[in-house]
Amino acid sequence: MNKHKIFSPGSIYFLLMCVLLYLPILLLIIFSFNDSTRLVFPLKGFTLQWYGKLYENRELLKALGNSLMIGFGSSLIATILGTMGAIAIVRFKLPGRSVFLAVSALPLVIPYVIFGVSLLILFNEVGIRLSAFAAGLAHVIISIPYALLIISSRLVGFPDNLEEAAMDLGASYWGALLKVTIPICSPALLAAFLLCFTISFDEYAIASFIVGTDATLPVYLFSQLRFPTRLPMVVALAAVLMIVTMAVMLFTEWLRRVGQSPAKKG
Amino acid sequence: MENRRQFASLIGPPSLYLFLLFLLPVGLMFVYSFRAGITGPAHDVFTLDNYRSFLTNSHFHRLFWRSALISLTISVISSLLAYPLAYYLVFQAGRNRVTLMTLLIIPAWTSYLLRIFAWKLILGSSGLLNSLLLSLGVIEKASPMLIYSRSAVIVTLVYVWVPFVALPIFAALGRIDRNLLEAAADLGCKPWEAFLRVTLPLSLPGVAAGFFFAFIPTLGEFVTPLLVGGASGQMYGNLIQDQFMRALNWPMGSVMSLAMLVAVITLVFILTRLASVSDLGGVYE
Repeated sequence: MNKHKIFSPGSIYFLLMCVLLYLPILLLIIFSFNDSTRLVFPLKGFTLQWYGKLYENRELLKALGNSLMIGFGSSLIATILGTMGAIAIVRFKLPGRSVFLAVSALPLVIPYVIFGVSLLILFNEVGIRLSAFAAGLAHVIISIPYALLIISSRLVGFPDNLEEAAMDLGASYWGALLKVTIPICSPALLAAFLLCFTISFDEYAIASFIVGTDATLPVYLFSQLRFPTRLPMVVALAAVLMIVTMAVMLFTEWLRRVGQSPAKKG
Repeated sequence: MENRRQFASLIGPPSLYLFLLFLLPVGLMFVYSFRAGITGPAHDVFTLDNYRSFLTNSHFHRLFWRSALISLTISVISSLLAYPLAYYLVFQAGRNRVTLMTLLIIPAWTSYLLRIFAWKLILGSSGLLNSLLLSLGVIEKASPMLIYSRSAVIVTLVYVWVPFVALPIFAALGRIDRNLLEAAADLGCKPWEAFLRVTLPLSLPGVAAGFFFAFIPTLGEFVTPLLVGGASGQMYGNLIQDQFMRALNWPMGSVMSLAMLVAVITLVFILTRLASVSDLGGVYE
């Protein structure tokens, strides 16, 4: 077996790649504090003015409101639908299961541009106004596969005889689901909700086709790139979003691991 | 019977949702691909003209193959960069391997748009890389070559995809039975021979999964080319976006989207033959 040397070609390569992966994020954060309207080296000095400008920007706050709203709504619906789907495919081996699995996983691989334009056609055809609400409806679709994966891997982790025991003790099937299955899955449910929220909060490609005039945060951010003078403010916004999403995702990952190892929780 | 009712009431709502907002729109897109136009009388005229002009328009084909080539380049480079990472983590990093893998994947969890945006700032002609090289005296004049090019798209997307490509390779390498490597050594294999004849072949399903992980989504890219691609970095996705948002030729755009959909679904089908499903789930292991 290899000895675990600290400085081997492998570890140096790993370190280098890590630096490269974190560098762009670090640069965004550093330049969000740079006291200059131009994003160039050398750095000019420390300022918080770009963060201050974020607070004063009403358009941005409105976009933030839209993003929070559709993020919350779409991840709530995706988590509920994902839970139902996950229970169905894990607990029942009935026909229809594999078709459902295939169709619900497809959004993972289909390019978002295709979703965007096909929903544009749908909403146009049935007369749904292009809006943040429409984007929320779309975000449910791309979130469902992730919710399904997280929740079903939790369901696989504990035997269904807990549900049977509850039913032997007099609970109805739905009662057993609500009182036994859902509580056992709760860390996974929260993890699924948070992951779906992050997906929706960050999603630009589909939203760009169907939000109409209700810009979401990514759509707003993209639209600001045309104005060089607003770039430092955009960088400050980007830095905040980076850190928030990273924190939320770390917490989600922790929840998911807690939720997947029933042995630890007894 | 009871079972079936419970199953149906559980799977019904998500199936209905998927039908209404996923299958139905794609079906409508199929209908639109035959329309002569989207307004006035042309809306109700059905024709094969869109398909005919799609098949004969060499500009579309050029862009389609150019996109495929860009995606191919990105996936090959990402796989080559990711393999040693995964190899180091599995065979040399010891007990820290999962922690280190997580360290690698954390940047990939942050906003996709913002990571591309960061590269726009880095590569820009008055951007970070240029100004850094200038102030270090490496170059004398800002080079505009860094951004708005095909290479800018490739660099940015390789950055985005390397961690995701490393995941399934990491999973595949982790499953290799170490006894096989010892057996190879006992039978006189040199380490590099053992690598070429044991490790590499056994890890190929993971490499295939990683390759497609990057290839399939980048095929439909249009945001990265918009931000860093310029004219020469345009991809097929931009063409679709153009048809819907600017040219307002939705039927043509529908034909182009369907062509891409068929290509993607074919690739996914090949992938599920090549790689084990557990490798595909590498993200969630």
